[in-house]
Amino acid sequence: MTQRHTISVLVENRPGVLAKIAGLFSARGFNIDSLAVGETEVSDVSRMTIVVRGDDRVLEQVEKQLNKLPDVIKVSDFVGKEYVERDLVLIRVDANKSTRSEIIEIVDIFRAKIVDVARDSLIIEMTGDEEKIQALIKLLKVYGIREMVRTGIVAMARGKKD
Amino acid sequence: MKMKGAKALIECLKKEGVEVIFGIPGGAVLPIFDYLYDDKDIRFILSRHEQGAGHMADGYARATGKVGVCIATSGPGATNLTTAIATAFMDSVPIVAITGQVMTTLVGNDAFQEADTTGITRPITKYNVLITKPEELIYEVKKAFYLAKAGRPGPVLIDIPVDIQRSEVDFKYPDKIDVRGYKPKYEGHPKQIQKAAEAISRSKRPIIYYGGGVIISGAYKELRELVRITEIPVTSTLMGLGAIEYDNPYYLGMLGMHGTVYSNRAIQNSDLIIAIGARFDDRVTGRLDKFAPHAKVIHIDIDPSSISKNVPVDIPIVGDCKNVLREINKLLKKKEYISLIPKKDRKEWWRRINEWKKEFPLKYKNDNKLRPQYIVERISELTKGEAIITTEVGQNQMWAAQFYKYKYPRQFLTSGGLGTMGYGLPSAIGAKVGRPEKVVIDIAGDGSIQMNIQELATATCNKIKVIVAVLNNSFLGMVRQWQELFFGKKYSAVWLQQRKKEYGECKKPEVDKRCGIVPDLVKIAESYGWEGIRVTRKDEVDSAIKKALSSKNSVLIDFWIEEEENVFPMVPAGRALDEMLCDLG
Repeated sequence: MTQRHTISVLVENRPGVLAKIAGLFSARGFNIDSLAVGETEVSDVSRMTIVVRGDDRVLEQVEKQLNKLPDVIKVSDFVGKEYVERDLVLIRVDANKSTRSEIIEIVDIFRAKIVDVARDSLIIEMTGDEEKIQALIKLLKVYGIREMVRTGIVAMARGKKD
Repeated sequence: MKMKGAKALIECLKKEGVEVIFGIPGGAVLPIFDYLYDDKDIRFILSRHEQGAGHMADGYARATGKVGVCIATSGPGATNLTTAIATAFMDSVPIVAITGQVMTTLVGNDAFQEADTTGITRPITKYNVLITKPEELIYEVKKAFYLAKAGRPGPVLIDIPVDIQRSEVDFKYPDKIDVRGYKPKYEGHPKQIQKAAEAISRSKRPIIYYGGGVIISGAYKELRELVRITEIPVTSTLMGLGAIEYDNPYYLGMLGMHGTVYSNRAIQNSDLIIAIGARFDDRVTGRLDKFAPHAKVIHIDIDPSSISKNVPVDIPIVGDCKNVLREINKLLKKKEYISLIPKKDRKEWWRRINEWKKEFPLKYKNDNKLRPQYIVERISELTKGEAIITTEVGQNQMWAAQFYKYKYPRQFLTSGGLGTMGYGLPSAIGAKVGRPEKVVIDIAGDGSIQMNIQELATATCNKIKVIVAVLNNSFLGMVRQWQELFFGKKYSAVWLQQRKKEYGECKKPEVDKRCGIVPDLVKIAESYGWEGIRVTRKDEVDSAIKKALSSKNSVLIDFWIEEEENVFPMVPAGRALDEMLCDLG
């Protein structure tokens, strides 16, 4: 079965690790949808959050291969698990006198933020999961999106509820 | 203790018990060679090409079970090593490759003899590292040796910039190392082991299919015990040859593309495959969707990523073959498991296998022509099955696998995964260095031998006696065989002789056919300080082999075999294992 996987990989924070991991995906013809890397609570350990679409069996193989790497400390796939995922997006959208207030309304509804105002455009910042971000993009498209940048998804498993 | 990085490296190698290094010097490793010159404990063997050095380290490692070490300079030295590293990677051979790198301040500047060595070797090493600070060096060397050997072994590369070799470090070698991202599981899960033992006992048509993992783990005794107590038929991959002795009554020989008909039939008709340290390679399984359609699969392997990669597995056991087999054997000896065995079915199973054995024995046309299978048989006979055999790749490799009678693990060294032509001669040199008491013979082809023929010099100059038996058919033989069988006999780019009309007329009638032969391997051997013997007739075979065995020098025998001899039986690529082609002769 082909589906979207959010994979979290704890790795040693050293040169070459990112290339090796990216190589494991590319060698099997997977395109990485998003990739976010950053420090964790332990300074010499980084966490990579990789979003990739692919056949479950082949991805299981990739995850085994990831686990095999000496620089990889832990691999977890969030598919079928309770987790929180967030992506941060910056969107520069066309805004003139007549459209500005409409856009601000949308921004409010989405609990997004306006972080820059120019004469004919706004930069909007929002964090959210994939669905929310797609919804905002859809609405803003009408006004004209000039530029967009995303950090890529970061994810964390939910704590036990009981 | 303070010392230079280069000196510290050598001290580290000594702490790891390294007795020999293969390699070639160059600008970016000069400090290391300066200290090697003074060192009395480590033998250095100068190869003539870095690829040769890599294969020597590999042959040494395979023959001894120790880590092989090779060294090369930056840039071209390192890129020349890559084929050898990839060869070791595919066959899980523990080698540590040390490469020099340009100064840290020049890295990334397109400096003279600079290459991104860690970048290039990333997909073909188990681990690699560019040392960027002197204080990392010692820890990384320790880590390299640990990772090369631990779990599923493999090649590790350490890239050391030349200024780090020259800088001062504090030498303190750690006794232990803990790599938090690498914790292989050596013991199998008891529940899984129990399940496996039960499945084995209950099976009606079981077969043991084992591979190189048995040799790497040193599990051959446990495997032989398993076979002895269960009397289950056993078949080996190319990489496993020798772990079960050739004359074991339960042994069916090799399986796969050029395996025996009966081992492949047994696999296809089995109801349980007990896979041990093998990885269901495409040369073993044939067409995957038709592979062993009725069989459940038990798979024992130390590498979880090998399990269920190609063939779905019913009972996976992650662990070291030796430990797992020991535990399984314990259970199988118990009454409660013995009582589960369906004895009648097992008897019937052996009856069928014996029938296939009788109907399709491994054979060749043994007439008065000079045939390669006969030569390998004679080598086997005259060395009493005691020699270490290395091979090149292609027909020579398959004949060496089929017709030499292996008795021990680490006796047959071949590039199974990558299929590297040019592997046999340097690996034979490495094997002889590691096991000087053994006769070491490279069974070669005339195509392959030329891919690392410069290493003839290495053998001579270091007084390493090896024998090369070239099965010379003037063809890139395996490719020719495929062209004959599957491409309508269009021999495209496989003929290694000169065209006759360019060569002019030939004088000697008995060698008329080969008048345009290039090169004259006997003369090549002689010019490198070897003895060269040419054999063109069957009745010369024994005396040539005997002469080679008794000579003090390295000897190359150039056997002019039947040119269009094929390797049979054969499963054509993309076919099921039971669709084998057999020799019509």
